[in-house]
Amino acid sequence: MWIRNLLRSMLLGVPIGVTFLDTIGYVARVEGISMQPALNPESTNTDYVFLSRWAVKDYRIQRGDIISLVSPKDPNQKIIKRVVALEGDIVSTLGYKNQYVRVPEGHIWVEGDHTGHTLDSNTFGPVSLGLVNARAICIVWPPERWQALEAKIPNHRKPVSTQK
Amino acid sequence: MGFTSILGKTLGFAGCALQYACFTHCTFEYVGDFVMCSGPSMEPTLETNNILFTEHITPRMQRLRRGDIIIAKCPTNPKQNICKRITGLPGDKVKGHFMRSQYVPRGHVWLEGDNSSNSSDSRIYGAVPQGLIRSRVVCRVWPLDKISTLTQV
Repeated sequence: MWIRNLLRSMLLGVPIGVTFLDTIGYVARVEGISMQPALNPESTNTDYVFLSRWAVKDYRIQRGDIISLVSPKDPNQKIIKRVVALEGDIVSTLGYKNQYVRVPEGHIWVEGDHTGHTLDSNTFGPVSLGLVNARAICIVWPPERWQALEAKIPNHRKPVSTQK
Repeated sequence: MGFTSILGKTLGFAGCALQYACFTHCTFEYVGDFVMCSGPSMEPTLETNNILFTEHITPRMQRLRRGDIIIAKCPTNPKQNICKRITGLPGDKVKGHFMRSQYVPRGHVWLEGDNSSNSSDSRIYGAVPQGLIRSRVVCRVWPLDKISTLTQV
């Protein structure tokens, strides 16, 4: 009898949980050093961040936001980067095939904070907005690192010209 | 009939509605859904206002093949969906801009409409990341006299 009840509550509970994770957000572990110093400032311990799906549901993204997106090179992998430029902006690139790039319609330019140790738009070019998965809102773990993540771009990485 | 029983009934109804909404979300997101297509790019295979049944399992498992018809987010406008046929997988040689041949990069696919003279596809915006693919078309369910499967054997 109890096993039937358990199955019944799982059948009802799992879809609710999945829907919550899909629409509101979830907590994920940050791997790698590409976002130093904002995330994982020491390579030894890893940060856990809250990723809000709700914040990107209509693709409203600002320059400086930290977002997670599906890697354009490997659809099974998610990467976390900072938005540097939006569509129509002109960015000065670091080691891309062209020195200056105008971000095409429906695309964004993303970069890791740790210049030189990150695989970002300087390698694979502008990414389509449709690949954006969620926006990182705050660091939730470890407790001494608890803080909201602000939208900011270092001055030397601001786009050369911006639209809107 | 007191206030509490009305409240209880309302909450019960809301809970039920929530369960159904979540169940629907999961089905449409992970199993399959119905899509109405519009535009001339896939003629003669598909025409405007055909309703298609699509499944989400194959794209999630990365089991896509050349020749599959897929629904993907438009690379230039994520709020719009496109319906095209996969004509090239990573590593394939394809004809791009001005018939210049190029290779499909890793993690991307080459999409083309069946109506090659009236379709904006990979020949215009290049290879499309696999992360944009949402589902694979299985069959046409409307209009009723044209019900047919659209998968390859």
